[in-house]
Amino acid sequence: MSTPGATGLILEEGLLFEQSVPGRIGFSLPAPDVPETDPKTKLSKNILRQKEAALPEISEVDSVRHFVRLSQQNYCKDAGLFPLGSCTMKYNPKTTEAAARISGFANSHPLASPEAMQGNLKLIYELQNYLAEISGMDFVTPWPAAGSHGELTGMLMIRAYHTAKGNPRKKVIIPDSAHGTNPASAAICQYDVVTLPSNKDGILTADAVKAVMDDNVAALMVTNPNTLGIFEENIQEICEIVHKKGGLVYCDGANLNALLGIVKLGEAGIDVLHFNLHKTFSTPHGGGGPGAGPVGVKKKLEPFLPTPLIIKENGTFKVERERPQSIGRVKAYFGNFGMLVRAYAYIREFGPQGLRHISEMAVLNSNYIRKGLEGAYHLPYSKPSLHECVFSDKFQKEKEIKTLDISKRLMDYGFHPFTIYFPLIVHGAMMIEPTESEPKASLDQFIEAMQKIAKECEENPELVKKAPHNTFRSRLDEVKAARELKLRWTV
Amino acid sequence: MRYIPHTNEEIQAMLKSQGKRSIDELFQSIPDSLIQNEPLKLPAAMDEMTLLHHMESLAGENHTLSRSRSCLGGGVYRHYIPSAVGDLIRRSEFLTPYTPYQPEIAQGTLQVMFEFQTMVAEMYGMEVANASLYDGSTALAEAVLMARRIGKNRKTVLIPLAIHPEYRQVVQTILQGFGDHLVETPYAANGGIDRGSLNDYLNEDLAACIIPYPNFFGIVEETRDIIEKVHAAGGLVIFCVQEPLSLGLFESPGAYGADIVCGEGQSLGLSPSFGGPFVGLFASKNEFVRQMPGRLCGMTTDSKGRRGFVLTLSTREQHIRREKATSNICTNQALCATQMTIYLSLLGKQGFKKLAELNWQKAEYAKQKLAAVPGVRLTHPESATFNEFVLTLPRPADTVLSELRKSGFDGGIPLERWYRSLHHCLLVNVTELNSKEDIDALAVELKGALQS
Repeated sequence: MSTPGATGLILEEGLLFEQSVPGRIGFSLPAPDVPETDPKTKLSKNILRQKEAALPEISEVDSVRHFVRLSQQNYCKDAGLFPLGSCTMKYNPKTTEAAARISGFANSHPLASPEAMQGNLKLIYELQNYLAEISGMDFVTPWPAAGSHGELTGMLMIRAYHTAKGNPRKKVIIPDSAHGTNPASAAICQYDVVTLPSNKDGILTADAVKAVMDDNVAALMVTNPNTLGIFEENIQEICEIVHKKGGLVYCDGANLNALLGIVKLGEAGIDVLHFNLHKTFSTPHGGGGPGAGPVGVKKKLEPFLPTPLIIKENGTFKVERERPQSIGRVKAYFGNFGMLVRAYAYIREFGPQGLRHISEMAVLNSNYIRKGLEGAYHLPYSKPSLHECVFSDKFQKEKEIKTLDISKRLMDYGFHPFTIYFPLIVHGAMMIEPTESEPKASLDQFIEAMQKIAKECEENPELVKKAPHNTFRSRLDEVKAARELKLRWTV
Repeated sequence: MRYIPHTNEEIQAMLKSQGKRSIDELFQSIPDSLIQNEPLKLPAAMDEMTLLHHMESLAGENHTLSRSRSCLGGGVYRHYIPSAVGDLIRRSEFLTPYTPYQPEIAQGTLQVMFEFQTMVAEMYGMEVANASLYDGSTALAEAVLMARRIGKNRKTVLIPLAIHPEYRQVVQTILQGFGDHLVETPYAANGGIDRGSLNDYLNEDLAACIIPYPNFFGIVEETRDIIEKVHAAGGLVIFCVQEPLSLGLFESPGAYGADIVCGEGQSLGLSPSFGGPFVGLFASKNEFVRQMPGRLCGMTTDSKGRRGFVLTLSTREQHIRREKATSNICTNQALCATQMTIYLSLLGKQGFKKLAELNWQKAEYAKQKLAAVPGVRLTHPESATFNEFVLTLPRPADTVLSELRKSGFDGGIPLERWYRSLHHCLLVNVTELNSKEDIDALAVELKGALQS
């Protein structure tokens, strides 16, 4: 067997601005059919643009070549395994893309009258119900634009809940293994963050939560399965402890791909949960968004849901724009609607058994890789993991090789690297999430590449330390980028 | 299942290699009490053909009118999108990677980010721009948070009532935890900022004054007097641009002296899509770059000295700074930013200016035609507007709109939805997509609707 990595022809491509030629244009401007009034005759000079924006002047051919060439410099999921842990890089169906581009969706205007937008409102309403069923939550708001926006929305609801009871409380407990967005979102809601250590098995214990839980704690934010891919088995007891002191439990749903049809987190005692539609429900990652981060809540939080709400009355869908206790609007219009269309279509194509099959195969694939790499790489936590597994560079460090080097060398074999240096509780973490999309053959290739690298670390460490060798660019100087700070093109 | 490749034989082989007998054993770490035994109560799976048919019929329950006969704007603008944009943006290499954490194999995404940052900075007339935020409304909230960080003990933020009302609501939501002074300032009779209302706040507590440009009434206002006073009081000036095409014709916020500029990028190559996904634009003066939210792409070199791009200044961000980060944002709107970059590369320097002029000319023509209908008048006749303006009708706007819909026109947006006192006012948007013929026909229908 061999791995897919090989050198290929990737073309050098300058910046758009460097290709600009005065007078050239790539746009077919419509002929004016109204009087061509000169703006200068009707508008004050004070308000007219003096210095034109230096946008490039190129032809359509130039533009198409430019973007095709740049695209070829990217590795992408459609090209192969992309095991970025915690990001759930699964295959993005072409059918859901086609669905989102149907003119009735793509050209619908958010400020049209609700009577004219019944199809959109129905889709959103149904999607809310599907997500509630999948998670065991009572209500879902679909508006947040990404996971961290969902966290912010959820934490604002938690704050509103406590405020309505007379005291917003002061603290939020967050495990040391959490995503950085958790504390950042809690901080915007003016909460002090209390960091909670995981135990030697990589999970939270009821005793650890009990020790920090008091009636000034607004919420505990957990991720389940956590960022080591391990299920928080004490979750029910932990929720009870938090609830007893009047607190709420927020769950970061980044890792929901492990639990579809298998666990409903709402039944475990979770009060607020966000979904990452771009992860679990495969609305594409787009090079870093757009995503969508709907939030599910239990009934007690329903009065605080953000506006607008979609209400079904006698078979007609209405938009409720104001509610007395709502936290208010979190985004203009109707969220990242195009992403909601994709997620809806994805759920409809899979159906209930299909969704469960996703999680089963995602967990099977991850465990297959875990087994295949055990021994070659250090596994810091031996507890069973679900959809992702986390190794460290402990064995390779003896040859002064770091996780970064291993990840760069993996590119030479034709794979995107895993997530590196996260979670923070594992020194030199390598977080691997293959997802359900990968066939056994591609997992075998990946394992083979990782095994070869482990061997190279022993026999030819310099090869690994200087990797990648076959890529379009070799290692980039990040220190220089931050020191010399060049964030835009200038003449 | 076509997206999951495993055959039964493979599943068995993979289980066996792990010493497992069944799939259920993979989930043994989950307490039994939590394992679902019943299937999810969801509709049954669909094949592709049935699914797309279902999606089309759902979309068909919307009544989206011909683009030339729609005058809906209000922060979401209908513009022509060249075929090349749709074609390029569908490329797997843009659609299916993630944030470029591994720059050696993500130079395409990174270079586009760098070009996007340059274009936003150029359009806004600013020194530096980031790689995108979610949309215009959340970008404004981030601008306010940034101004507060820079202002340290300064708390007051002035937000005009004539800014996009949903943007204002988002700022209110996100700032509620801070429990301080978000002051709504009224609009004057001409639809612009009421100068007098600002005076009480020009002091050492002023963090920022927001200037909508154009505002929700379509008005583009010269505000050098305000900027001077805000700066003299030590506050920052935030410009918020809901229709960036207007900057092809009107002076850039940077040229006026703006400190932070934010806004929406949808009108530059993205379809309305019921309000999202769009792209939040964000720029500032260089001196504030370390307080910026969101991703930044910077130029550097590789170990062989070749030019390349990387994400930079990540010490501002949540994955490093956690609760002390400048924002909680992680995933942003990279694909939408790419789409806007492609669109602007085609439109170019000349196109940006000419298309802006054409929009203004169309709107000026429509103003004159529609205001000539008996009983109809321009609400702000003295104010400059771009491609959107307000009409005062002799009757409540929503009743007139229902009449117009019957004749196949989306005549605009009733302002009463956000401004109770403006129940006779209609917000009309006209772009290059509205032909003269349809504008003339709308005037005839409006006359008819008002007579009925």
